[in-house]
Amino acid sequence: MESNEILIEVKNLKKYFTKNKGIVKKKIEITKAVDDVSFYIKKGETFGLVGESGCGKSTTGRTILKLYDPTEGEMLYNGQDISKLNKEQMMPYRKKMQMIFQDPYASLNARMTVSDIIGEPMDIHHLASGKERQERIYSLLDTVGLNRDHAARYPHEFSGGQRQRIGIARSLAVDPEFIICDEPISALDVSIQAQVVNMLEDLQEERGLTYLFIAHDLSMVKHISDRVGVMYLGSLVETAPSKELYSNPLHPYTEALLSSIPIPDPDMAKSSKRIVLKGDVPSPVNPPSGCKFRTRCRYAMDICSEEVPVFKEVDKGHFAACHLLN
Amino acid sequence: MSEKLLEVKNLRTSFFTHLGEVKAIRGISFDVEKGESLGIVGESGSGKSVASLSIMKLLLYPGKIVGGEIIFNGEDLVKKSNRAMMNIRGNEIAMIFQDPMTSLNPVYTIGNQIAEAIVKHQKLSKREANKKALEMLKLVNIPDSEKRIKNYPHEFSGGMRQRAMIAIALSCEPELLIADEPTTALDVTIQAQILDLIKTLNSKLDTSTMLITHDLGVVADVCSRVVVMYGGLIMEKGSIRDIYYEPMHPYTMGLLKSIPKVVSDEKQRLIPIPGTPPDLLNPPKGCPFAARCDYAMRICNQEQPPYFKSGNGKHEAMCWLLHPEAPGNESYEQLKGGVRIGK
Repeated sequence: MESNEILIEVKNLKKYFTKNKGIVKKKIEITKAVDDVSFYIKKGETFGLVGESGCGKSTTGRTILKLYDPTEGEMLYNGQDISKLNKEQMMPYRKKMQMIFQDPYASLNARMTVSDIIGEPMDIHHLASGKERQERIYSLLDTVGLNRDHAARYPHEFSGGQRQRIGIARSLAVDPEFIICDEPISALDVSIQAQVVNMLEDLQEERGLTYLFIAHDLSMVKHISDRVGVMYLGSLVETAPSKELYSNPLHPYTEALLSSIPIPDPDMAKSSKRIVLKGDVPSPVNPPSGCKFRTRCRYAMDICSEEVPVFKEVDKGHFAACHLLN
Repeated sequence: MSEKLLEVKNLRTSFFTHLGEVKAIRGISFDVEKGESLGIVGESGSGKSVASLSIMKLLLYPGKIVGGEIIFNGEDLVKKSNRAMMNIRGNEIAMIFQDPMTSLNPVYTIGNQIAEAIVKHQKLSKREANKKALEMLKLVNIPDSEKRIKNYPHEFSGGMRQRAMIAIALSCEPELLIADEPTTALDVTIQAQILDLIKTLNSKLDTSTMLITHDLGVVADVCSRVVVMYGGLIMEKGSIRDIYYEPMHPYTMGLLKSIPKVVSDEKQRLIPIPGTPPDLLNPPKGCPFAARCDYAMRICNQEQPPYFKSGNGKHEAMCWLLHPEAPGNESYEQLKGGVRIGK
């Protein structure tokens, strides 16, 4: 399904949140949630974005959809810059880009029936009405493995896994090209996670979808993604094809992150050497100078605090930002 | 080392709701030996958390233990009064919870909360308790602990809060530590820190641990024996090698096959378990897993299977397929051999 055409290209994307602080002396506090992030996603591929909580992976996803206005930078969809479009101009793109949310309990309106939830995007984009709309809702329910008689029910009557299926059906209602999956399985049970992941893979194959898959579960990201980007404190530290990233991580953070995945195999768990990072992620309000990871890095050198490492191509398709690679 | 610290015998716990009796635990038996760490694995609703709350006797209305025994150090906890339990909780059995934010009191300093447990259980003076609290914070590797002891929970990060919880739990040197999903709310790098801490403290203080989790990776790392729960019953129990390398129950196999393999290079399709867990308001008559099991036979829906032991006698599973008269099932035999992860 993969082609070499680039569907999404993000160039030097920045998203800062500001907050007014102080009563006597007015101060503005800036949180650099996404700080100069660049990557691309090819048509038909799955790009995984991983990182710890607060690293800006969800903000990146939401900014691409323009749920947040970017502070700076460009976002190209099929070569067209969408970062400066207004609400009206964005409408045709909204039809092409959809999102699946993490929490299947909070992302469905409890007062709407399943058929209204799935039908709403069609109403907004004037895609279908009357009998045709109903038919499409039924076929979407079939697609995600729910029954047609579920259409008249309310979200509370469903389990977490079923709700996530409703969310997926809703995102498919406008026949999108690109779907951002923001931690779509982390609220689900292990045995149900595999069901949803398999379904996402099938849908990708059938409809030629492109995914941005955001998650903190590294083993699942490896499983589903073609290429993976690792974020730390608002910056992308490494991107590579997923096999390459897992077998040959270049950035010390990626290395530590991979080694901390608990392996469900007792022998391997005992034999593998785990790199335990010291301390916590620093606050994005006041990130460390130079390389943001240097405070927890076991290889930190003098230059790391002075200069921001450049994000560059080290190997073919393998990008990383680290002074060690110079 | 094989002395039994805790022995749960045929424990049954129900919640009496207005819809009827929800049988959360329907007769489970397991034991924890001195110094070992036992893992309890299961999905949400399998009864694993209710089991730990039953042992602590912290069940809230309308939950109630309806039968069975919980023998701790030779005494049955089910028969103990609430007052007697207060001496055991914290002192002999301590617990850490999933969400460190809601289990700490936001209006007291961390130091106060650790000292509170010490004053209550160990009859030390306030000053001595504070000294001990500081020691505990150092033990769980809180940097700059002299200053940090005066902080409030909101000034701590998630990982540090969980460390503080561990400090409180271990402050009275309990014999058994129950950890209910201690790392679920944390990031992987912080999870690695906390698991390391639990492991080292375990051997340092010689505490037994009961680790409750849904993450098979965490169990493989920390525990020596595993209990797999489903639908309020124990499906399979055995040593960690038994469960991961020679699972006997189709549910355990299904769980192992539904998680992606980090080590393998090829892209394989995940094999999910179809369907959803049973409704415990009307639990199925037979095996709770029968409705989702690929190998279910007629008897599976009719009668609850007994436990069958494997060669060494320590590996047990509740499944009719293990009955000597069960018809040989080729694909099941194949599956048994083929689940080894990482290969």
